[in-house]
Amino acid sequence: MATYLEFIQQNEERDGVRFSWNVWPSSRLEATRMVVPLACLLTPLKERPDLPPVQYEPVLCSRPTCKAVLNPLCQVDYRAKLWACNFCFQRNQFPPAYAGISEVNQPAELMPQFSTIDYIVQRGPQTPLIFLYVVDTCLEEEDLQALKESLQMSLSLLPPDALVGLITFGRMVQVHELSCEGISKSYVFRGTKDLTAKQIQDMLGLTKPAVPVQQGRPLQPQEQPVISSRFLQPIHKIDMNLTDLLGELQRDPWPVTQGKRPLRSTGVALSIAVGLLEHYETLANRTAANGHCIDIYACALDQTGLLEMKCCTNLTGGHMVMGDSFNTSLFKQTFQRVFSKDFNGEFRMAFGASLDVKTSRELKIGGAIGPCISLNAKGPYVSENELGIGGTCQWKICSLDPNTTLAIYFEVVNQHNAPIPQGGRGAVQFITQYQHSSMQKRIRVTTIARNWADAQNQLQHIEAAFDQEAAAVLMARLGVYRAETEEGPDVLRWLDRQLIRLCQKFGQYNKDDPNSFRLSDSFSLYPQFMFHLRRSPFLQVFNNSPDESSYYRHHFARQDLTQSLIMIQPILYSYSFYGPPEPVLLDSSSILADRILLMDSFFQIVIYLGETIAQWRKAGYQDMPEYENFKHLLQAPLDDAQEILQTRFPMPRYINTEHGSSQARFLLSKVNPSQTHNNLYAWGQESGSPILTDDVSLQVFMDHLKKLAVSSAA
Amino acid sequence: MLSLLPEVSAAENASELVSFSSCIPTVKLYCRPLIRTFIWNEKTVNMSQPGYVATPPYSQSQPGMGGFSTGLGPPTSSPHYGHYGGPNSLYSAPQSGMLKSTVPFGSSAPVGSPPPGIHLYNQTNLQNGPGTPGHQQHRFQGPSPGSSVPPSYPPYSHQSQPPYANTASPSSTAQLANQLGTMQINSYGPGASPSSRMPSGPPASFQGPPLPPTQPQMAIPPGAQIPPTPANNLNGICTPPSLPPLAMQDGIPGSGPPNANLQQLPGQPPGPGYHPQHVNYGPQMAGSQLSYPGAFPGGPGQLAGPQQKKLDPDSIPSPIQVIENDKASRGGQTYATNIRGQVPPLVTTDCVVQDQGNASPRYIRCTTYCFPASSDMAKQARIPLAAIVTPFAIVPPNETPLYVVNHGETGPIRCNRCKAYMCPFMQFIEGGRKYQCGFCSCVNDVPPFFFQHLDHVGRRVDHYERPELSLGSYEFVATLDYCRNNKPPNPPAYIFMIDVSYSNIKSGLVKLICDELKTLLDKLPREEQEEASPIRVGFVTYNKVLHFFNVKSNLAQPQMMVVSDVGEVFVPLLDGFLVNFQESRSVISNLLDQIPEMFADTNESETVFAPVILAGMEALKAAECAGKLFIFHSSLPTAEAPGKLKNRDDKKLVNTDKEKTLFQPQVNFYETLARDCVANGCCVNLFLFPNQYVDIASMGLVTMYTGGTLYKYNNFQVHSDSPQFLSDLRKDIEKRTGFDAIMRVRTSTGFRATDFFGGIYMNNTTDVEMAAIDCNKAVTVEFKHDDKLNEDTGALIQCAVLYTTISGQRRLRIHNIGLNCSSQLADVYKSCETDALINFFAKSAFKAILTQPLKTVREILMNQTAHMLACYRKNCASPSAVSQLILPDAMKVLPVYMNCLLKSCVLVGRPEIPTDERAYHRQLIMSMDVANTQLFFYPQLLPIHNMDVKSDAFPTSVRCSEERLSEGGVFFLANGLNMFLWLGVSAPPEVIQGIFNVPSFAHISTEATQLPELDNPYSKKLRSIMKYSQSQKPYSMKLIIVKQREQPEMLFRQFLVEDKSIYGGASYVDFLCCVHREICQLLN
Repeated sequence: MATYLEFIQQNEERDGVRFSWNVWPSSRLEATRMVVPLACLLTPLKERPDLPPVQYEPVLCSRPTCKAVLNPLCQVDYRAKLWACNFCFQRNQFPPAYAGISEVNQPAELMPQFSTIDYIVQRGPQTPLIFLYVVDTCLEEEDLQALKESLQMSLSLLPPDALVGLITFGRMVQVHELSCEGISKSYVFRGTKDLTAKQIQDMLGLTKPAVPVQQGRPLQPQEQPVISSRFLQPIHKIDMNLTDLLGELQRDPWPVTQGKRPLRSTGVALSIAVGLLEHYETLANRTAANGHCIDIYACALDQTGLLEMKCCTNLTGGHMVMGDSFNTSLFKQTFQRVFSKDFNGEFRMAFGASLDVKTSRELKIGGAIGPCISLNAKGPYVSENELGIGGTCQWKICSLDPNTTLAIYFEVVNQHNAPIPQGGRGAVQFITQYQHSSMQKRIRVTTIARNWADAQNQLQHIEAAFDQEAAAVLMARLGVYRAETEEGPDVLRWLDRQLIRLCQKFGQYNKDDPNSFRLSDSFSLYPQFMFHLRRSPFLQVFNNSPDESSYYRHHFARQDLTQSLIMIQPILYSYSFYGPPEPVLLDSSSILADRILLMDSFFQIVIYLGETIAQWRKAGYQDMPEYENFKHLLQAPLDDAQEILQTRFPMPRYINTEHGSSQARFLLSKVNPSQTHNNLYAWGQESGSPILTDDVSLQVFMDHLKKLAVSSAA
Repeated sequence: MLSLLPEVSAAENASELVSFSSCIPTVKLYCRPLIRTFIWNEKTVNMSQPGYVATPPYSQSQPGMGGFSTGLGPPTSSPHYGHYGGPNSLYSAPQSGMLKSTVPFGSSAPVGSPPPGIHLYNQTNLQNGPGTPGHQQHRFQGPSPGSSVPPSYPPYSHQSQPPYANTASPSSTAQLANQLGTMQINSYGPGASPSSRMPSGPPASFQGPPLPPTQPQMAIPPGAQIPPTPANNLNGICTPPSLPPLAMQDGIPGSGPPNANLQQLPGQPPGPGYHPQHVNYGPQMAGSQLSYPGAFPGGPGQLAGPQQKKLDPDSIPSPIQVIENDKASRGGQTYATNIRGQVPPLVTTDCVVQDQGNASPRYIRCTTYCFPASSDMAKQARIPLAAIVTPFAIVPPNETPLYVVNHGETGPIRCNRCKAYMCPFMQFIEGGRKYQCGFCSCVNDVPPFFFQHLDHVGRRVDHYERPELSLGSYEFVATLDYCRNNKPPNPPAYIFMIDVSYSNIKSGLVKLICDELKTLLDKLPREEQEEASPIRVGFVTYNKVLHFFNVKSNLAQPQMMVVSDVGEVFVPLLDGFLVNFQESRSVISNLLDQIPEMFADTNESETVFAPVILAGMEALKAAECAGKLFIFHSSLPTAEAPGKLKNRDDKKLVNTDKEKTLFQPQVNFYETLARDCVANGCCVNLFLFPNQYVDIASMGLVTMYTGGTLYKYNNFQVHSDSPQFLSDLRKDIEKRTGFDAIMRVRTSTGFRATDFFGGIYMNNTTDVEMAAIDCNKAVTVEFKHDDKLNEDTGALIQCAVLYTTISGQRRLRIHNIGLNCSSQLADVYKSCETDALINFFAKSAFKAILTQPLKTVREILMNQTAHMLACYRKNCASPSAVSQLILPDAMKVLPVYMNCLLKSCVLVGRPEIPTDERAYHRQLIMSMDVANTQLFFYPQLLPIHNMDVKSDAFPTSVRCSEERLSEGGVFFLANGLNMFLWLGVSAPPEVIQGIFNVPSFAHISTEATQLPELDNPYSKKLRSIMKYSQSQKPYSMKLIIVKQREQPEMLFRQFLVEDKSIYGGASYVDFLCCVHREICQLLN
């Protein structure tokens, strides 16, 4: 068997799932002693170029409370054409279409390699995508101009049959009527008044005189209301109009008193946007839940109120982008990237998704953390102990892209005195229904299973199957989630305690002898992640505006594991004449005069020239033919950075700085302050660069950790 | 009786007497020219002698004067009087006899005596006889007591009386109940019984000398007028001017007294001059009349029709005569306002006003220029003490515009205690270092920069250099303290808000407005030295929702912003909404082109209204400026929104106690809205184009309270109504207006302003707030005593208006006027101004109908009229038969005007009159100035057929009565709102040809609302007359061409206000009878 690392990687690639524990403790009691909860990071729409969707409906377990999807883990009686649900053990008949199955003629969903499978289903009318732009006009002229251009550009990226709409807002909210000739027309709403969707629709003149609908008669196709609206029009029809309209957008015409911020009615603008879309929804397919997604692009040096608006994006799965100005490549490219396409030439976005989780009996669902809201679906799998957004086994995810990742927390409920037979496996099924950007309805089903192990005598198995990266991210999400409602220090204390307990549980040491403390490889990096997490902007609000904190947290709650880890512990590469670029410790000792550093903290890409390098560059050596290698050295990190910038969403802030420059703070604030003004001489090393901070260094942190972990007093 | 009458008249010499005698069974009315006189009491008589006394006049003289006048009176028109018959008929009523007896009239006359009249008469004569003859002569002839006047009388005396008596009796028997109906028919009906006319016949004959109707009257008035001129009378030879004419006494029956008066006269102080201020009337109609209030309609009809005779209309005071006399005596002259308490020329008289310390009558007119000294006296006389202030009145080019005084940063100088502004009433003392406030007597320091030495008479050396020391009206530049939030105001803005619902689109109105605005906006008012107007403009269209337009100059095309949240309306934009027309011309023009097309296919028929106003107000508020909204609206706002109205027009309420609700707003929202508008300087001009009931009482409320103007065009048709509408719109846009104004009226001690009427809003009892006030808006202010007034210092009034000019300057406009005070009622009466009185009565009555039943309001008016006259009769006039109607000279035409007011559609409850029409008139009147109420209540009727086309002279108007029309005539009538050209069936073809360019009467089309422009003297002159009539009027009038005996004539006839109206209003004559009866009752 391959190593756990390989196993984990395979699983992630195939299913988009990473569990904190890959062997599960078999009793509730033991599970709680593991400190890190049994949980997973799920990337529902993980791109699977090798996975063509099947064109039929999934087969469901017939038990009304179960309705799990037929999967490779199910036991199948080919002769009797029966299958047993591996979650509820219900025996089900195959549907007639499966009459021809046999051991050699299996449907895809029964093949082990299809533990994750996409179904395309034909249900309900296909509705075009709708893009409703909600644009702030309280901007400086330049900014507005840039924004207008970006928006105009985006029109060309939209699918031609998508519907578009435009709402602008400043002090008032304007819903623009498209396709007007001669005079541009818009409906205006007061920025301070909250209206119900019904009111909004009335005011927009969208409500038709009530037509009596006969009870009990299904709507015939021809009775479907015509999907046409003055406010949402197919892009191909009004491309020119909308471009002109955007071109004529004026700054908010309300004067702003000196020293005051413009009055913006973002909330109402969004409310109206939703009202408009709801109307559309009702017309289109009368779906119960709306599934709109709100992206927020906030660009200003000033506070924009992301803190207040964060739920809009967080709960709907929308994007949140924060920049200094719309007139920056950060915004422009990020925005462009929203409309990027996948290998199939389709938009990398999905809408109106719902995630359904089934578990085998020994497990229950604690909750989820990510860009989702609860659908309040109670069921046999739902735990009473909530972790994250709990109390449900279904969540709505209004918008998904291939990177969107949710953390899902489980609880082992099997009692200690009811041992699971050797070789037993626990299973979890994730069913994600969504609207693909091609307008198809799709269902992705992922079913995974893990072995159970008795923590008392098989602890080493469990320990070895620990995924410390996933665990770090899962714990971090919990921490950040708690930080939204609790005081920062409390959260830190909680994290510390968890870390200490984990070390106590899995560390090797002699009591009260810190020096004897050791952690196995599967745990070795974990404390370091925690150290950086403690310093991260997700938990440290100092020096960050509320908007920035909200922005960081927003992304932390939706990015996949790799990106999340980068956020927790940025990656640092060092470029020098001494060899190829190499990753180096995120430590002040890595800041050397003759190196160029490239730091990727997800939100920022920092290129830092060491003191000497900076001097050389200033002296212009790079322009001298004889120092071409220096030129190459300078260029290398730029190229690498460019590569990251090309793919990252949202586009990171790109910082090109050098020793002694003010912008170097972005790097200095991240590295482990192993050298500070306090211990500079104590270390007696010449290398590195001292950081002027009172923060503790990783070394100090570890020392304390060891001490506490081995303490018998604890 | 007959025989006696003549004698009587002769003896009295009186100018005109109208007397009624009551016979046992019937009552008779005799009217004759009476001379007016009055004698107070014997003492005065004795004292008085020659009329020289120039000075005394004010205080005492009246009696004397009166006396004289009587004497003079001779000229008279007696002839006319002859006919009393008409009126009498009423009286003739059966029981009337009884009544009469009870009634005051013939105090002297015993009921029973058949010939009582005669007897009485005789008696009176006798009485008079003794003392009188001589005396009379005195008077008449003026200075020389000896001269006997008598001769003149005889002729006049009319006498048709005899007939009456007899005739009357029979009829009288019957009537009681039926009178009304019958009377109306008989007496007034056009075809009135021949017999009735008969009586008049005789008189005519008498008339011989004088011109028929008019002349006599003419004569009278002059006399009346004369009074003003102090001295003449007495001395003056019996100059006609003196009073005589005025009084019409009917002395017949009870005549005793009259004579007495005469006699006394001599004795009286010469009463310098003031002659005759009273007119005595004779009609006594009383007997049969029903009670007033309801009775108008019925007035004086008589069963006996045939036999009865009418009171000769020419014998009763003629407004035309009064007007013409005033024109003759004061027209074209310079009127200097240097004398406190002097009565200005009538509003109908053109003259040049020179401000010499009191505000021009163009700015302030008072109901009386002499206030009673005590409140007891005021209560006794019941003459309303009021001033009609038109602070922004237009002054003709030949008068000096207001000076602007700038005291720099300190702002205007004001009394420390009462805050009155520096004015000619401030008395400088202590060598000029201090001044004593004329209003509160507080002694203030003179600010150093304002110090100036006094000359030998205690007047500042710079008196004539400073407008605030020497003029009645001037302006101060206000400082920031006088500005909202202590910030200089922005120039005002005009917002055009057009109803684009189906009916307005379909009628073509929207297109008409849009086309007009394109050129009209170039004419926005601007300061004289400026090239462009500082006023910004904005545009809104609306139906069930509001559409705002961004017309910022840098836009390629206008942007429309729809606000559908009418429940809580707001302004969607600021920058780009209110723009400078010059800068945004192309965008605005683009917009105005598009609006009609944009809504061409609309089928929206529901509209909102209150949210429109609210939006306009919010826009002004957001732009921090005052301004006007021009709302063009057509229908009842039934769409769901605040201020939604439903059709509540209920004819069943008419003439009930609930009728008043028809004049009240339907929902409270409008009052609140009005208050907010005023608070934000938002004036609402409303142009209504209703096809049916639109509840003007509700919709017009905001317009009224905000000092806006309401225009109404029923069943608007573009082809026929646009000239009128466009002319109104142009006038309104170009009008000089003060914005965001607040007026304060300060008075000297002893009285204070207690009530205000007009297009105003009041949050407290003293500050008159006006979102805007233009040159046509007047505020009527009523005063009451709170103490005794000092006759020396008089009654001083200062009216200060703080406002914002069109260029955004804050100014204070000050008008000062000083009135006299007197403890003599006669002084008060002689200083009255009837036109102003009517203005006051109209406004107070129209305000009262909101809270009281119309019936009560009418009663009050009637009552007060009677009371005022009775008080005069009792206290100022010489004792005379109760049956004589004696009117103060200055109030000679009060009854006719009062009657016009009482029969205005507002006060007449008849279901046929549209409620909206009543509410509309009510609202218009509330802010009218004196000149316009005068014209409105008594329209101008000009004979066109016989005008002298060669001269520039304006034809002399004739009285508003059908009798003045003739089949061969063409008449032009205008009342400020309506304009008619009435064509007699046999109007001269040359006139018709000249005016219409058609060969004959039959070819004239009555469809036209404008006259063809023809190059002939008739056409030119008529059009110039019409143009002149239009000038300076707040509303444009649509010409209606009326052919005699065609249906539309009914409409026209409503404006013949001396006749009985189709809605039941009493004729002048009847009304006079009623008044007389009331007076008699009071006197008893």
